[in-house]
Amino acid sequence: MQYLLLIHTSEAGFAAIPKDQLEQALGAYTAYTEALRKAGALVNSNRLQPVAAATTVRVANGKTQVLNGPYAETKEQLGGYYLIEAPDLDAAISWAARCPGASHGAVEIRPVWAM
Amino acid sequence: MSDERQAHDAAAAAARRSYGRLVAYLSARTRDVAGAEDALSEAFAAALADWPKSGVPRNPEAWLLAAARRRSIDAARRRRTAAEASGHVQLLAEEIAAMAEESAPIPDERLSLMFACAHPAIEASIRAPLILQTILGFDAATIASAFLVSPAAMGQRLARAKAKIRLAGIPFRTPEREAMAERLDAVLAAIYAAFAEGWSDPAGAEAKRRNLAEEAIWLGRLVAELLPNEAEALGLLALMLYSDARRPARRDKDGEFVPLGEQDPRLWEAGLIGEAEDLLRRAHQLGVIGRYQLEAAVQSAHVARRLGRGVDWPAIVALYDALCGLTGSPVAAINRAVALAETQGVVSGLAALDAISSDARLAEYQPYWAARADLLARTGDRAAAQEAYDQAIGLEADPAVRRFLQRRRAAL
Repeated sequence: MQYLLLIHTSEAGFAAIPKDQLEQALGAYTAYTEALRKAGALVNSNRLQPVAAATTVRVANGKTQVLNGPYAETKEQLGGYYLIEAPDLDAAISWAARCPGASHGAVEIRPVWAM
Repeated sequence: MSDERQAHDAAAAAARRSYGRLVAYLSARTRDVAGAEDALSEAFAAALADWPKSGVPRNPEAWLLAAARRRSIDAARRRRTAAEASGHVQLLAEEIAAMAEESAPIPDERLSLMFACAHPAIEASIRAPLILQTILGFDAATIASAFLVSPAAMGQRLARAKAKIRLAGIPFRTPEREAMAERLDAVLAAIYAAFAEGWSDPAGAEAKRRNLAEEAIWLGRLVAELLPNEAEALGLLALMLYSDARRPARRDKDGEFVPLGEQDPRLWEAGLIGEAEDLLRRAHQLGVIGRYQLEAAVQSAHVARRLGRGVDWPAIVALYDALCGLTGSPVAAINRAVALAETQGVVSGLAALDAISSDARLAEYQPYWAARADLLARTGDRAAAQEAYDQAIGLEADPAVRRFLQRRRAAL
């Protein structure tokens, strides 16, 4: 099965990390990505720009509404994702728990709709 | 007996004996519990149509399994997109191939199914109902009446939980060693919740509820049998058996409530107590302590009265000390305070209750007020005792217990 791991963390908290520790924080993600790749579990992954760069679009009555900002204002923000291949939810949970984001935020696991 | 009646009875017997086993086996690989239940109910309907004509098969269970499998494959073909169906059908075909030598007994996947039902990704309050339905075949209406929710709501929640198992890919598996304690705890908690629901109707006035306590014991026996080296599984079974052993003594001949301390030990079921004592000893030898063993040990100390010995209150205080340390449960703290009143006096017991009185959950918890009322009455503080009895009476749902509390209040 494929699972999408959505990483929700505080952008403000991440921005407050001192420079000397930032490298370590990002390095944890690099190592995690590498571990997923080596295990053959990585399908795809991306880090996202902060919500300040987000644009939300809705079409109502044929009119396109474009709003500055994310879909929902939350305390923690979607900051990136991993699309992984895992045999079952327990395997996905075990990967999610090792994601650095789980230690400074939360990782939501969503099974991909099998077509 | 007519053929139809005989066929019906054979199908019903096979259902009782093997329902959970068949559901678990059919859904173990596809994770489609609802699909397995549907296929199985069709298989039972087919059996009732076929067996009166062609006779009851030599191995009814294997017949039902084969019929249910055929229906699963048909349903998968009907329901799914071509690509998905081919994968699903392949899984089922592999199963059939694996089971070609049908004389082999059906592998027991019930424990794996229970672990799936009590998975942390399944909402805690639906785990017990889900186990009752999938392992024992209870319908939603029966479960709903036991858990005091509407049948429609229960049906919906059960369906949602089964969909979650399938869509999220919750595995049917006995957890690895390191995750076992936590995951087993969820299974045991679900079984105990079912037992408690059945237990809350001690007179057995509602047959469905009494049945629930018995079924929970059956599940407890199953888990203890499948995991004989898990101390807490043995502990839970012991705890339920101790409680069940006292069932005949919990009401007098007029149906009035009899508190534990005033029960006639001759009415307790010695066989069940003996079995519980053996289980507790076995659990103890495994050297891993836990809440169910501690609670069972408290029960053991209480029923020691049947041997003509007094209740071992110091032991009970020590056990509740351990329970409080382990669980932080306010319920354990109340029981500890009651036991403390026996060893160190009523004033100490009341002080222990005062120490937890800030816990907001206790304001609506009947046993807290009943314990408080009893201790206050024993100190002679009549006004405060009356007030506490009023609270307890107002919070009690069981009419017999309510009458008991009213008698106590009147006797002040």
